[in-house]
Amino acid sequence: MYDFNYHRPRDLADAVRLRSAAEDGVFLAGGMTLIPTLRLRLASPSDVIDISGVDGLSDLEASAESVRVGALVRHATVAVSADVKKRIPALAALADGISDAQVRNRGTLGGSIANNDPAADYPAAILALGATVMTNKREIAADDYFTGLFDTALEADEIVTAARFPVAEAAAYAKFPNPASRYALVGVFVARIGGAVRVAVTGAGDQGVFRAPEMEKALAGNFAPDALNSVTVAADGLNSDLHAGAEYRAHLIGVMAKRAVAACA
Amino acid sequence: MPAVSMTVNGKTVSGDVEARTLLVQFLRENLRMTGTRVGCDTAQCGACCVLIDGDSVKSCSVLALQAEGAEITTIEGLADGELHPMQDAFREHHALQCGFCTPGMVISAIDLVTRNPDPSEDQIREWLEGNLCRCTGYHNIVKAIQAAAQAMGG
Ligand SMILES: Cc1cc2nc3c(=O)[nH]c(=O)nc-3n(C[C@H](O)[C@H](O)[C@H](O)COP(=O)(O)OP(=O)(O)OC[C@H]3O[C@@H](n4cnc5c(N)ncnc54)[C@H](O)[C@@H]3O)c2cc1C
Repeated sequence: MYDFNYHRPRDLADAVRLRSAAEDGVFLAGGMTLIPTLRLRLASPSDVIDISGVDGLSDLEASAESVRVGALVRHATVAVSADVKKRIPALAALADGISDAQVRNRGTLGGSIANNDPAADYPAAILALGATVMTNKREIAADDYFTGLFDTALEADEIVTAARFPVAEAAAYAKFPNPASRYALVGVFVARIGGAVRVAVTGAGDQGVFRAPEMEKALAGNFAPDALNSVTVAADGLNSDLHAGAEYRAHLIGVMAKRAVAACA
Repeated sequence: MPAVSMTVNGKTVSGDVEARTLLVQFLRENLRMTGTRVGCDTAQCGACCVLIDGDSVKSCSVLALQAEGAEITTIEGLADGELHPMQDAFREHHALQCGFCTPGMVISAIDLVTRNPDPSEDQIREWLEGNLCRCTGYHNIVKAIQAAAQAMGG
């Protein structure tokens, strides 16, 4: 890891100012993605701006309509939150399935969705539930937020402050984890909200998380695992790597989607 | 160089470090507390687990500066005249062979039992996802954690 200037601002305005003043700055939250990246010298920023001490980003609030998770809320907190379990149990289960206890003790929602790793879990929840990503500048709809591999609509000095997830009538996440890292080989999040059905797939797409419109259509007509028998998932645009080929991932999407729908019952 | 200060095993410590200094380096190289191991060095094996404000974390992937003001507990801080019940259970149940993963296992297990005073075998195995043992196997480690949980009052 190359050395850098380290800053620990106390508020958002300071964090943004430090980021703008830096030659090549990067925000740091839980560090579970960034520190390994720096250690591998895949990045060598001039300045690391640790936002973990910034006020107002650590709240978790839930109502009958929505669950709002602050950017700094850790996976371990979401996993055991009674509010989240009551309103959107699939979200708590998803957080509980991220990596291992020590990574969940550090990793944050904001870091996960800002990084947009194609095998990360939270992006599937954001997209399937149609969540709103809140930043220091604006609110971004889920469908506009993920823009490609490790890419989002965020600007360089934009900080995720929270995500607001609408409470679904039914929702479930089924993941086939990579047995070593627990990242999703394929993960499918299914949600029924206001009569509509949304299906998001992570781990598989060569451009990151994506929606599966044909599955959504089939499930809107009949919200049952069998409804997916008529949908074929093509391997085009899916990843092939040492963990799994595109055809196998295509197959897993069907299997995970059925499991998620069955779990909604 | 930036200054850092934290509490390690109840004692206030401070030092000047490069920003890129990892917590595990600070513990091992600055404080000469070598009980915390570096294994995989990539946040996977868990040999470097320490408690930060009570939560087990992988100190190979935390900057020393991120621990500013925090309370750190390492394997050296557990015994208080006599072994901590978790250490004692690891000894009693022969939950180690080479011992390399043991400090991380013990720290991680203490975090589990603090959250869940009476964990089932499945819950223990699930929790140990982040702690790799390459020689003794997990069987006796699981037994030791179950016994320690009882001894600790679960
Ligand atoms: C061994 C291992 C296994 C893992 N397994 C999984 C898994 O199974 N599933 C999964 O989903 N993830 C997994 N992860 C990733 C983990 O969930 C990370 O914690 C998460 O992706 C990033 O969160 P962080 O808080 O650690 O972010 P950091 O590492 O601090 O930051 C990541 C990136 O996001 C940016 N960033 C952080 N916060 C903000 C913000 N509020 N606004 C704008 N930008 C921000 C940073 O600048 C950086 O570029 C794993 C990680 C490890 C080390």
